[in-house]
Amino acid sequence: MNKKNLREEIILRSGVNPKKCMKCGKCSATCPAYDEMEYHPHQFVNMVDTGDIEPLLNSDSLYKCLTCFACVDRCPRGVEPAKLVEAVRLSVIRKQGENHLTPNDIPALLDEDTPQQLLVSAFRKYTK
Amino acid sequence: MQMKEYKPLIVAFCCNWCSYAGADLAGNNRLNYPADVKIIRVPCSCRVNPMFILRAFQRGADGVILCGCHPGDCHYTSGNYYTRRRMAMLFSMLDYLGVERERTRVEWVSAAEGAKFAATMNDFVAQVTALGENKRLEDLRCKR
Amino acid sequence: MQRIGVFVCWCGSNIAGTVDVKAVAEALKAEPGVVYSTDYQYMCSQAGQNLIIDAVKEHNLTGLVICSCSPRMHEATFRKTAAAAGLNPYMVEIANIREQCSWVHKEMPVGTEKAIILGKAAVAKVNLNTSLTPGESPVTKRALVIGGGIAGIQTALDIADAGFPVDIVETKPTIGGKMAQLDKTFPTLDCAACILTPKMVDVAQHDKIRIFSYSEVTEVKGFVGNFDVTIKKKARFVDETKCTGCGDCVDKCPMKKNPNEFNMGMDNRSAIYIPFAQAVPKVATIDAGACTMLKKGKCGLCSKVCGAGAIDYTQKDEFIEEKYGAIVVATGFNPISMDKFDEYAYSQSKDVITSLEFERLTNAAGPTQGKLLRPSDGKHPHKIVFVQCVGSRCAACAEKGKEYCSKICCMYTAKHAMLTRDKYPDTEVYVFYIDVRTPGKNFDEFYRRAVEEYGVNYIKGMVGKIVPEGDVLKVQASDLISNKQLHIDADLVVLAAAIEPDKSARPLATMLTASMDTNDFFTEAHPKLRPVESPTAGVFLSGACQGPKDIPETVSQAGAAASKVIGLLCKDKLTGNPCIASANEMMCNGCSSCERVCPYGAITYSDKEFRMPDRTTQIRRVASVNPAVCQGCGACTVACPSGAMDLKGFTNSQIMAEVDAICK
Repeated sequence: MNKKNLREEIILRSGVNPKKCMKCGKCSATCPAYDEMEYHPHQFVNMVDTGDIEPLLNSDSLYKCLTCFACVDRCPRGVEPAKLVEAVRLSVIRKQGENHLTPNDIPALLDEDTPQQLLVSAFRKYTK
Repeated sequence: MQMKEYKPLIVAFCCNWCSYAGADLAGNNRLNYPADVKIIRVPCSCRVNPMFILRAFQRGADGVILCGCHPGDCHYTSGNYYTRRRMAMLFSMLDYLGVERERTRVEWVSAAEGAKFAATMNDFVAQVTALGENKRLEDLRCKR
Repeated sequence: MQRIGVFVCWCGSNIAGTVDVKAVAEALKAEPGVVYSTDYQYMCSQAGQNLIIDAVKEHNLTGLVICSCSPRMHEATFRKTAAAAGLNPYMVEIANIREQCSWVHKEMPVGTEKAIILGKAAVAKVNLNTSLTPGESPVTKRALVIGGGIAGIQTALDIADAGFPVDIVETKPTIGGKMAQLDKTFPTLDCAACILTPKMVDVAQHDKIRIFSYSEVTEVKGFVGNFDVTIKKKARFVDETKCTGCGDCVDKCPMKKNPNEFNMGMDNRSAIYIPFAQAVPKVATIDAGACTMLKKGKCGLCSKVCGAGAIDYTQKDEFIEEKYGAIVVATGFNPISMDKFDEYAYSQSKDVITSLEFERLTNAAGPTQGKLLRPSDGKHPHKIVFVQCVGSRCAACAEKGKEYCSKICCMYTAKHAMLTRDKYPDTEVYVFYIDVRTPGKNFDEFYRRAVEEYGVNYIKGMVGKIVPEGDVLKVQASDLISNKQLHIDADLVVLAAAIEPDKSARPLATMLTASMDTNDFFTEAHPKLRPVESPTAGVFLSGACQGPKDIPETVSQAGAAASKVIGLLCKDKLTGNPCIASANEMMCNGCSSCERVCPYGAITYSDKEFRMPDRTTQIRRVASVNPAVCQGCGACTVACPSGAMDLKGFTNSQIMAEVDAICK
């Protein structure tokens, strides 16, 4: 997938408009996982906006985000960086081109402690 | 022969103090909306006689929209309240006559809401376009 | 039959860029009544107007259609042109082919087609135009200023100096407003009190100015030149004429634990109080919610110590009715509530304060006598963090804060930071900013001085959260330039809270029928050319009620509003709007429908004698419109079942003709 399409797809999937960002850095200021990250939330928004997504796909930062939504709550412009991070993560997963979870796998995963909702969302997430 | 693209004819009555200025603001900010909308300036939305709306439909308009000040903000204190009541009556009667509700609308647009004016017009034109031509009240004698 | 001239304006390329003006002029030539049609680059220019005048004379025109910009822009101009050409000014109609055509459409054929239709509608209307003469109404030579801050004070002084009586209505017990609470003013660092209090004294001593303090406007009726206003003077339980402002009652009052509004609640005042030493009028006021005498009938100490006998526990709210020719709104602003910004721990720690509170902390008349001490433990703070844009520049979808820039925060934060470093060089000062906005005379120089000479640490980034821990505030922030997250243990945090219009502005706007924007700022008649007038005639705007402003801007706008008021009050008579309702007595059936819908009470019924066709006379009850009171809304014309009521300038037949022209 080329650069531009990837950008459009991530924006469509996350429902986030990175153009709304006024580059105040409040997302990064509020991020509890900041020190673990190579690319920080404000950089995420900027890199998606400029289409510089390749480094993000290969970065560990993607998985350092706790999805705590502090950035979403505090962003004064309503940009919602955490949703963007999640959308980029999905791109990585879908890029791998295979189903990580098939309906056949599910019975083996079922046990009393696992909430059903978790399986449904995992199925949705890990299936192309 | 190629079919000509259907263009609705829409008459917009705009209050001089709010939505007419809102339309001007939409122009100042270069916010596009379809040229099918033709604006008639009235001193207040309450100046719009139901007769004018009937006449517009009779003469082949496909939609009529009335724009006034937000409730409570009428330049003449209470004009838009009259509009609200009169149009509620008129539109339900038109609906009964077969002029769909989607062809008529009252919208509150203030002088500061250029973006709202353009968005409203875009939306209304799309809505009327989807319905197609209005034939119900058209007076064939008016056709040339 | 009319002889109509059509004049199509190019407006440079503004119209000609998307509308084929020649084709419009050509197409309109064929319309009924049109005898002349032409186009020109700038119709509103002197040359363009001369072209119109010459054409009127040469072709003996009786009506004009100008296809140009919005009538809100140049209708008045072209009416004057018509008058200069010897026509009635109301024989002009404008087809708005700029704002509502060329600017909103991109393609030439589409724009041209619409312009022609708009032109046809205007021609159809002019065909039915009649000459109109405006009526005249007298002007009450007295002005009302609502709000007694620096904006209201300056406006009142300027109007009064021109010789017109002015009344100031202020809701607080004293005039002075926000400026009285400030310590120093940027960028010159004048002491606010030193430049404001002399003006307050001028107001108090001016023989043309009356101050209604602790009062509010409750009703506004009438129209430009003739407003009838009801002012509620709230009971302050002190006779203003007797009170000398000695303060004995304030000292003796036993109820001392009431938050002091003037010091932003950072210290206490007694139940009977004078807001500050330089208050005008310097008269005590009893807080009815705190006074035990008023609540339970016990105490009465203030009345015993008052040598002047000014205390009157039986005082009632008083309503004053007065006539005014012009009204100036100067209701000002307030900082927004910090409730929705819990990440800054404003409600959790006393040491997180807003800038206005900081202002009181550094003011010599403030709760700490000007020493910068932490509100929680009274210690001197050694590390201070300033946070900018708290609640300003927020997206509407974020559902907190305001969308606009509050304009004054960058400068007052630079001032606070600079003064702190100046007085206490051992303090570390950090300012977190998104952008530093300093568009004003000597503003950027001032900000650079704070950085370069006073060593204030300006950090590009925002504070994400503040956690009070022990006696420090853990500040977590980002530094975007060095791409780091910072953790600062601050002693004091100052939030530059966004400003919003005063809450009293919205109901006032409804009373005045003045329009407001979505943020509750009053809108001006034209954003560039008429910035101090409200679209409602006779209502003027001064200060921050129209938009965020600093003091120099407020003062200049106040002066501008005053000059507009003086221009209005100088006139002996006002020419009204001739586009008013009139009843056709022959058609009127006396049903009173119009009388009931008229918002101004302009319609009255009377019995009149009519000669009937059979030569008998008959007495019938018919409506008549008072031209001085009618504002021309047209509500009556629609209510009238017999079609007797019509609105001049917007008659039924005229609007019908427009509808027909558009729907052809």
